[in-house]
Amino acid sequence: MFDLLSNANTQWVLIGSIMLGFASGVIGSFVLLKKQSLISDAMAHATLPGVGLMYIIFEYKSIPLFLIGATITALLATYSIQLIIKHSRIKTDAAIGSVLSVFFALGIVFLTYISKNTSGNRSGLDDFIFGQAASLVASDVRMITIGSAILIILSALFFKEFKITIFDPLYAMGLGLPVRFLNLVLLGLVVGIVVIGIQMVGVVLIAALLITPPLSARYWTDKLGRMTILSGVFGAVSGVAGTVISTIGEGLPTGPIIVLCASIIFLFSLLFGSKKGFIPKVVSTHEL
Amino acid sequence: MNALSVQNLTVTYDKTPVLQKVGFEIPKGSLTGIIGPNGAGKSTLIKAILQLIPRISGDIQVYGKPYHRQRRLIGYVPQRSEVDWDFPTSALDVVLMGRYGHIGLIKRPGKKEIQIAKEALRKVGMEEYQDRQISQLSGGQQQRVFLARALAQDAQIYFMDEPFVGVDAATEKAIIQLMQEWKEEGKTVLVVHHDLQTVEDYFDHVLLLNKSPVGCGPTQKVFTMENLKQTYGGSLKFLGENSVVLQERV
Ligand SMILES: Nc1ncnc2c1ncn2[C@@H]1O[C@H](COP(=O)(O)OP(=O)(O)OP(=O)(O)O)[C@@H](O)[C@H]1O
Ligand SMILES: [Mg+2]
Repeated sequence: MFDLLSNANTQWVLIGSIMLGFASGVIGSFVLLKKQSLISDAMAHATLPGVGLMYIIFEYKSIPLFLIGATITALLATYSIQLIIKHSRIKTDAAIGSVLSVFFALGIVFLTYISKNTSGNRSGLDDFIFGQAASLVASDVRMITIGSAILIILSALFFKEFKITIFDPLYAMGLGLPVRFLNLVLLGLVVGIVVIGIQMVGVVLIAALLITPPLSARYWTDKLGRMTILSGVFGAVSGVAGTVISTIGEGLPTGPIIVLCASIIFLFSLLFGSKKGFIPKVVSTHEL
Repeated sequence: MNALSVQNLTVTYDKTPVLQKVGFEIPKGSLTGIIGPNGAGKSTLIKAILQLIPRISGDIQVYGKPYHRQRRLIGYVPQRSEVDWDFPTSALDVVLMGRYGHIGLIKRPGKKEIQIAKEALRKVGMEEYQDRQISQLSGGQQQRVFLARALAQDAQIYFMDEPFVGVDAATEKAIIQLMQEWKEEGKTVLVVHHDLQTVEDYFDHVLLLNKSPVGCGPTQKVFTMENLKQTYGGSLKFLGENSVVLQERV
């Protein structure tokens, strides 16, 4: 087992998982505070048909093509949700739920079609559902690592702008800040992290990796800066732990293990978190 | 000189007109109360002037130049209910937001900006609370933080939407004092206000609004029984003692 971890490829995969986890923790903080958890989950599920469609059209496995397809259908889903909310009486949560289901179902149909009708290397498209770190090759890992780094840098650059546009968008507009542009940048970050994360974490659970770390971090601090970094650390720890465990237990899907790790951190934070954590709260009320 | 001039402003929500052909002018260095019944379009008027919502028509000039070129000069104190108070941020951090327009994109607030924000908090009597998470402030304290943010912004024209709602007498006095100081510095202040009894004490100008302006000008001239009746229509009978006070004066 330690042979496995000292393998150069595995080490790169671990670095990729740390970077990806950190980036999703950081971006997830903004998503959570903007109350867009649900919509990001829909976006993630909606990447699946994009991946499947690319394989059907081009008939070979190409990660860059998959990512382009994933981006297109994710944006399409987001747009559909906005359209439904704007032009019908359907409420936001129902609109999100139905778009998520339709796109995910379509993705499953495409994958089933592929497994029945295409010959040769099926290329493990099923891995996109729950993620499989073991299936990553060097170029995938490089893409994940560099992509995550870019997303982290963008989050840091626009930190102050995201803070004000999420907290008080009207005031930000009043100051003359480009609120629309900033919302687009944030959307880009979310799409970006979802798309580069699906190979490792899978479309079903990538949104959980976005939301669980910041939820945990919120129990430890009342400052956005600290929350964002802590959330990144929680994401990184979950990412690397999940990857190690799924690599050792051969064939275990990576996504569910990563999210389990994130959930353990969440449970711990819920109980012991210094801000509004369950136990500190009980203790402090007893001291009074 | 007019600090603000609004012409032919029309705003609709889903095709129902909320503001119709609104036009008025506000002189520099005045303290204006914007007065009208619930749903008269007061908040909408402010948002439309600040271009936070789309408008059908309307020409807005600030110091004789189009609004979008004068954005820096405008400060806005929104209604308290409009932000998420559970947001992980401190009082000082919120006040610092008033400086974001000065700091510019991407750059971080420096020592100077933090100093300005602290000074603004001190001015509204909130320096002890600078590190408090904002949900742990009382309603009046939250309003003071908004005020400090506007102060830190150092604008020339301030729009305040119902700053007195839910604050105690001391906070109301602090807000009035600040408005007076702004006026003395030659700044212009417009305040959405509901308490008709205090209008004459607080404001030297009034804008009476009910979908379109009923009157705009010096309080003495415009704040009359006649105009109020027209502004409030049937609901004036609910004014009770206010109307008695007014009738005596007229
Ligand atoms: N987002 C919106 N969508 C549709 N209609 C709206 C919206 N906001 C306000 N309105 C309507 O526009 C009218 C004016 O609203 P506005 O909030 O400007 O009134 P107001 O004078 O500020 O009232 P109040 O004294 O209650 O604050 C109201 O009839 C209101 O129902
Ligand atoms: Mg209002």
